[in-house]
Amino acid sequence: MAFVDYYEILGINKNATEDDIKKAYRKLARKLHPDLNPNDKDANKKFQQLNEANDVLSDPEKRKKYDTYGENWQHGEEYEKARQAQGRQGFGGGQSFAGDFDGTDFSDLFGSMFGGAAGGRNAQVKFKGQDYNSELHLSLQNAYTTHSQTLSVNGRNVRITIPAGVENGQIIKLKGYGGKGMNGGPDGDLYITFNIANDARFKRSGNDLYATETINLYTAVLGGEIMIDTMNGKIKLKVKPGTQNGSKTRIKGKGFPVYKKEGEYGDLFITYQVQTPTDLTEKQKELFTQLAELSK
Amino acid sequence: METQEYIPIDVFCRQHGITVSLIGSLQNFGLIEVMHIGQVDCIPVDQLGEAEKIVRLHTELDINLEGVDVITHLLEKIKEMQAEILLLKNRLAFYE
Repeated sequence: MAFVDYYEILGINKNATEDDIKKAYRKLARKLHPDLNPNDKDANKKFQQLNEANDVLSDPEKRKKYDTYGENWQHGEEYEKARQAQGRQGFGGGQSFAGDFDGTDFSDLFGSMFGGAAGGRNAQVKFKGQDYNSELHLSLQNAYTTHSQTLSVNGRNVRITIPAGVENGQIIKLKGYGGKGMNGGPDGDLYITFNIANDARFKRSGNDLYATETINLYTAVLGGEIMIDTMNGKIKLKVKPGTQNGSKTRIKGKGFPVYKKEGEYGDLFITYQVQTPTDLTEKQKELFTQLAELSK
Repeated sequence: METQEYIPIDVFCRQHGITVSLIGSLQNFGLIEVMHIGQVDCIPVDQLGEAEKIVRLHTELDINLEGVDVITHLLEKIKEMQAEILLLKNRLAFYE
């Protein structure tokens, strides 16, 4: 575990008074509080470290232990006993105490800050639990329909309903699904960020969808009917005579569902790509030549 | 027909360890909306999250009500700007 210097976290020196600690804590808490930094994982992590530092340094007993034993302060007494025992057995100093840490950046105290009840003078201070962040990957087709999914967050299964029309990068908050509150404070929230993969057929811009449709030269010149894909099946589309390559047509209501507005949809824009025939037969060449002559 | 749920003020205050007079002050500042349902003062459930946030800012960070008012406005502005950035990012991705 990396040593967490509580004085450094609070930005104070070792001679700081109780008042200095209180002021430093208040100042940083106003900067890092989760309510002021929604969705900021870094700020949330720093806020937890800040609470931990404050919990130790604002309690004279804990602070004394921390000042004496440093990172192993919670095991200070065991360390002292071990040191004395070693002294009796004739061993010299220089052996460091190996505490039973879990390898995370937070010390064991973190568990008590955001799980059980923290003791000492801060016991009456209620804090909201840690906010959790999670990402949910969806295909464009999945985002098109309202559906339910079960997520596993910190060993807890959370069933959520994803409304149709959710946007890429959109974040939804599930209240109370975060970490446990401290000293009776409310539980944290769970923030889910939707990550919607690009689709091979459709591009999405807001509630509108864009697609390219290839039509042959004859349909482009003479007009006709083609079958095109939409998000919910194929539809018949009339192509006007004289359709130009790159021209667009709008199909109302065949775009993406509008988020949380049942029955409202964006539009589908089709760009025509006219395919010029190649490998013409002699007969076709002759007819095109005749056509060219007629157009002169 | 849509139904609206409400939380009685005294329940809210008990839960958050605050006095009823604080709710009165928050209401006077226009920070929360209190409804009178029958003889009981209540907070609409859809405003509960915002009301809890305001109370936390005031009680946990010792921010006075003028400060809380400014912060909530700024947070709302940040939220709007983040939504706009997201919209622009997605629009940009369309051309990439």
